[in-house]
Amino acid sequence: MSDIATRKGSRDNAILGKDGANQVNTRGPNPINTYRADFKRQLGVPEWVQTLRAQGMARFEALGFPTTKNEDWHFTSVAPIAERTFHAAMTSRAGISSEGSTAGMVARADLRRFTFGQPSWHTLVFVNGEFSEDLSSYAGLSDKVRVSSLAKAIRSGTGRPERHLGKIATFENHAFTALNTAFIQDGAFLELQADAVVEEPIHLLFVSEGEGEAISHPRNLIVAAQNSRASIIESYICIRDNCYFTNAVTEISLGEGARIDHYKIQRESEKSYHVGTTQIRQARDSQLHSFSFAVGGSLARTNIYTSLDGDAATCTLNGLYLTDGKQHIDNQTSIEHIAPNCPSHELYKGVLDGQSHGVFNGKVYVHPEAQKTDGKQSNNNLLLSPTARVDTKPQLEIFADDVKCTHGATVGRLDEMAMFYLNSRGIGRETARTLLTYAFAADVIETIELEPMKTELERMVLARFASTAAA
Amino acid sequence: MLEINDLHAGIGDREILRGITLSVNVGEVHAVMGPNGSGKSTLAQVLAGNPSYEVTKGSVSYNGQNLLEMDAEVRAQNGIFLAFQYPVEIPGVSNAYFLRSAYNEIRKANGMEEIDPLEFLDLVEEKLKLVDMDQAMLSRSVNQGFSGGEKKRNEIFQMAVLSPRLAILDETDSGLDIDALRIVAQGVNTLRSPENATIVVTHYQRLLNYVIPDFVHVLANGRIVKSGGKELALELEEKGYDWLQNAGAGAGAAA
Repeated sequence: MSDIATRKGSRDNAILGKDGANQVNTRGPNPINTYRADFKRQLGVPEWVQTLRAQGMARFEALGFPTTKNEDWHFTSVAPIAERTFHAAMTSRAGISSEGSTAGMVARADLRRFTFGQPSWHTLVFVNGEFSEDLSSYAGLSDKVRVSSLAKAIRSGTGRPERHLGKIATFENHAFTALNTAFIQDGAFLELQADAVVEEPIHLLFVSEGEGEAISHPRNLIVAAQNSRASIIESYICIRDNCYFTNAVTEISLGEGARIDHYKIQRESEKSYHVGTTQIRQARDSQLHSFSFAVGGSLARTNIYTSLDGDAATCTLNGLYLTDGKQHIDNQTSIEHIAPNCPSHELYKGVLDGQSHGVFNGKVYVHPEAQKTDGKQSNNNLLLSPTARVDTKPQLEIFADDVKCTHGATVGRLDEMAMFYLNSRGIGRETARTLLTYAFAADVIETIELEPMKTELERMVLARFASTAAA
Repeated sequence: MLEINDLHAGIGDREILRGITLSVNVGEVHAVMGPNGSGKSTLAQVLAGNPSYEVTKGSVSYNGQNLLEMDAEVRAQNGIFLAFQYPVEIPGVSNAYFLRSAYNEIRKANGMEEIDPLEFLDLVEEKLKLVDMDQAMLSRSVNQGFSGGEKKRNEIFQMAVLSPRLAILDETDSGLDIDALRIVAQGVNTLRSPENATIVVTHYQRLLNYVIPDFVHVLANGRIVKSGGKELALELEEKGYDWLQNAGAGAGAAA
């Protein structure tokens, strides 16, 4: 099913308003008290950061964790996160008690299988949200590129992050972003000056040790000035298969004519929780190529929100999610067409097995001024088991009268005719199943321009479904 | 080689084959002809092991084994090949990967070593010439964006690579122009040998001008109503099927 909507006439802008806050009621000791206490124990930072944190905390307390009554969370209950008490991983160790770096517990060798076989890529490693200089390597960057940990940039007192931090990732209606903002401490701060071109990708590798139900709030800020260009990978991984919670926020500012290829690779532990928001603002002629891969987590939610603020800015949001067992993986995207002449393309695919549950919600808003918008959105899902489930909700809201927008979603099972065709050539059912599943995902993987990334994701998809078939 | 005895089969409650009896020996080419809806394609699908069809009665023995107990892939591994009337498109899987997987699965099942991609390329190069196809097709997705003629040639190409003992061609001539028809026929004839057998399922006689059958069988209402030599095909071309339709309703199998 797919439909084409070309609406004439403009409507009241007020419809764009989002839903209000919903409070979650928890019994017993309120985990929000733990967040409140941890918040108060944070160490001193420059006043502007403290103000921002306080705004985040106040908003988080006002919003509370979202419930399924909140339209943005209709198919995903965050009760497992809301009802659990997580301990601040970083602040308890490095930030408050100064027990020293937690990075000592993670060895470089542990990370090798997560680096796409590319030692030459600039890699910034964060352990439980805290930057590890020892594990990182990012030599040889041009002087037009500044790379540092956010904590260091804040400490340095130059105020360089201040212009953008907290200004792109809005938290008025986003409880998890508000919570992250309340705990801003560390993450990556990347600045590309005008015309800077970073040849090798920059890999931000977030490692959770997975000890003691810890929570971390990685916060990244990427500022790409005009005509600059880089490929940036954010990986979220774990060393041990434990229960923890990663609540990450990345803000990206794209200047005129800048291009960022952004890859979000979510490979958390299957016992963990992950909520990650990447929010982007795009100036005139800028290009965003986003690819979101989600395979980990017991409950995981990835938000990619972009705003096409300037004329002829373009974005491509692609994604692939693979779920199995009792996993719940939710993807939400939002594309705000604010300026005219902007094309946006989106393709998300999901493969769901076991008793897992996948969710896709893609919103495209075309504002009244955004004439000549060319938007295309699709979401296709493959159910491999009768107990797997997916909820898909593409949403198109158009308030301009001269636009071309299409959207569509499909949910299907393996094609029995294709299965028989492969069988009739001597290929057994299990191999055929792997091949067809891989084939389903192949076209979205094909869109990846970064070859080692493409190869690795192909390998992961094949390995995942080969092992499922053998089981 | 193949002994079909009183075969009944259908989909759901609908019986399509109503007592087929036919034997095919090594080295022979049999043509199965008949009007639309007579059950020709069902026979081809049932022999290849399509699980959508249910066999309700009768037996099929292949080289002394009970064919009906074998899964489709086991039949293929034992040398049965079906050239599909409507070859399936598989976006995302290249022809090369698909065919090499098939080739290696069949080798493995027969106790032979798998071959690597380079050796495989050598093997297929010659077979591509046979059907006048370019090597570039190997990197394209299986049948995706192929014209009708390309799809049919791809079936014959696969047959050439997998070199089956019993090939079943289901309406391979439909939708082909005369040049493509010649190419396909030439492919089939090159593969013809005293060690294998071919069943050509077709509505029209024209393919049989190039692939000369030893026997022709006419199917109507799920039964073979007439069998004969290659001249029977010409007679059908001239008279059509109507004169045999009524026979199908009453006569039952005639082998």
